Amino acid sequence: MHIVVLVKPVPDPASGGERLGADGRLDRASAPAVVNGNCEYALEAALKLAAASEGSEVTLVSMAPTSAPETLRKALAMGATRGIHVTDPLLAGSCAVSTARVLAAALKALAFDLVLAGIDTSDGLGGTVPAAAAAHLGLPLLSYASAIEPDEAAGKVRVRRINPTGYDLLEAPMPAVISCTQALGEPRYPSLKGIMAARSKEIATLSLAELDVDPSSVGGAAATTTLIESRTPPPRGATEVVSGSPAEGAARIIEFLSQRRII
Amino acid sequence: MGELWVIGEPGPDGGLARLSAEVATLARNLGAQGGRRVTGVAVAAEPEAMAAELARYLPTVLAIAEPAAGEHAWSALAAGRVAGLLEEHAAEPPDVILVGAGSDGRDFAGALSALTGLGVLTSATAVAWSDAGPAVEMSPFGGKLLTTCGFSEGRGIVTVRPSAADSVPADSAGVVETRQAGGPALPRVKVVERATEEGAAAPIEEAKIIIAGGRGVGGPDGFVLVGELAKELDGAVGATRAAVDSGWIAYSQQIGQTGKIVKPNLYLALGISGAIQHKVGMQTAGSIVAVNRDPDAPIAEFADLLVVGDLFDVGAALLEQLRSRSG
Repeated sequence: MHIVVLVKPVPDPASGGERLGADGRLDRASAPAVVNGNCEYALEAALKLAAASEGSEVTLVSMAPTSAPETLRKALAMGATRGIHVTDPLLAGSCAVSTARVLAAALKALAFDLVLAGIDTSDGLGGTVPAAAAAHLGLPLLSYASAIEPDEAAGKVRVRRINPTGYDLLEAPMPAVISCTQALGEPRYPSLKGIMAARSKEIATLSLAELDVDPSSVGGAAATTTLIESRTPPPRGATEVVSGSPAEGAARIIEFLSQRRII
Repeated sequence: MGELWVIGEPGPDGGLARLSAEVATLARNLGAQGGRRVTGVAVAAEPEAMAAELARYLPTVLAIAEPAAGEHAWSALAAGRVAGLLEEHAAEPPDVILVGAGSDGRDFAGALSALTGLGVLTSATAVAWSDAGPAVEMSPFGGKLLTTCGFSEGRGIVTVRPSAADSVPADSAGVVETRQAGGPALPRVKVVERATEEGAAAPIEEAKIIIAGGRGVGGPDGFVLVGELAKELDGAVGATRAAVDSGWIAYSQQIGQTGKIVKPNLYLALGISGAIQHKVGMQTAGSIVAVNRDPDAPIAEFADLLVVGDLFDVGAALLEQLRSRSG
């Protein structure tokens, strides 16, 4: 099987330093870039599926500024076969709509069985790109996967889609797009061997000119959304700390909840 | 001035999702502020029940039968029908299409944006009007920032986060109109089985009170106390990733960076250190009360009330006092 994984570098949520620049876009110097958490689950799932089917390959596709190879290299160290870095100055400031358009164009140039993506990214938490990319490609979307079972002989894939009360078992022909959740399993740590091997793995660069995309339909000038204002949320009030017996602590909680009319 | 459309999402038993009732209420208030008509759209195999529920909140609801929705995933089908409806209304298109920011709503919004080229503003916490159209409040980077965004062309799709509004029915129920809609057909995804898990909890994103347990809860048995407190307070059970990864509780209850983002009135954190990955999922809660042995845990920096002590001792005392209070 050939599995493509969409990988997005995001500012490290653990750094706490993310901020917007004067242009209203993410200030990429404000926090170190890491592979988005849900993309790592997608990659882990892809690597497991590939290991279960001889001759499989896993290709990473990332649309990101020129600094992205560092995060792509980390994802390659986990075991992906190769990376494709879609990058072009004209893409800066692209909104979610044009991002999906560009990713779909990059995917159209590849022959694949499955595209795996994270359900959302930790920076914007939009969660619309997998469905938009699937629609552009004219492929079925199997979303919020907690289990993925391809049947290569039948050319079909089954996915357990998480919902609040249980799950739906979905089925569609391959190729298909799957959005992935943490329930697929913990991503592996790159081994030393993997890190060494990743150094020599191919990262191909694709510019806008090499994709079937109208340059006027992407980038900041074509963005469908605009930032009006941004601000830092007001800090929460001081923390009241209570020590004492469990009964005293519990009594203070009840008093607090009553004061705030919660109970 | 364009209308506002609210897309009803499927709920239990062919009805309306609870989140859609909140979105409809938010849209009705927004429509009243901007002097706009607000119309609901219900797409389902048999849309009558969903449309009738949506009409409790909105003056007009368009019911569109999509027979394939009975055995296929809803989002792609609904996006196709709404794209068709938009073509019919090309002369007077809606300014804002609102849908919930849950899994169905996000899939729908993504597909509709691809079909129409309309922009999407996601996980809105509030919507108001500016001179240039809708002004959408969001909190990216897990709430570390608050932003207000608009649409370049003044029109677009908004996904609305749970608890952005309380659902309040309108003074009088609206009218349901049956419509046919053509539109593009996206590939269908067959639903082979719909499985309901035994004792599945209410969606935590919609809960007003959440009692959450972390590593300190120690195991699945510890979540019994968490569950009892949730029952007594009429709340839902939440958990950190550590508790979920340990297999103590289902992933559907996980709050944080790779789980749910919640905004309840009360967040009672038991044995939760408050690591940043968890904090981003709950820091906008109305009140945060924590019980932790460690007075220097990160949660001490953003809880409103921190009770230093053993969560089992304090939790048991709290349960006893709550029961004697209500009894």
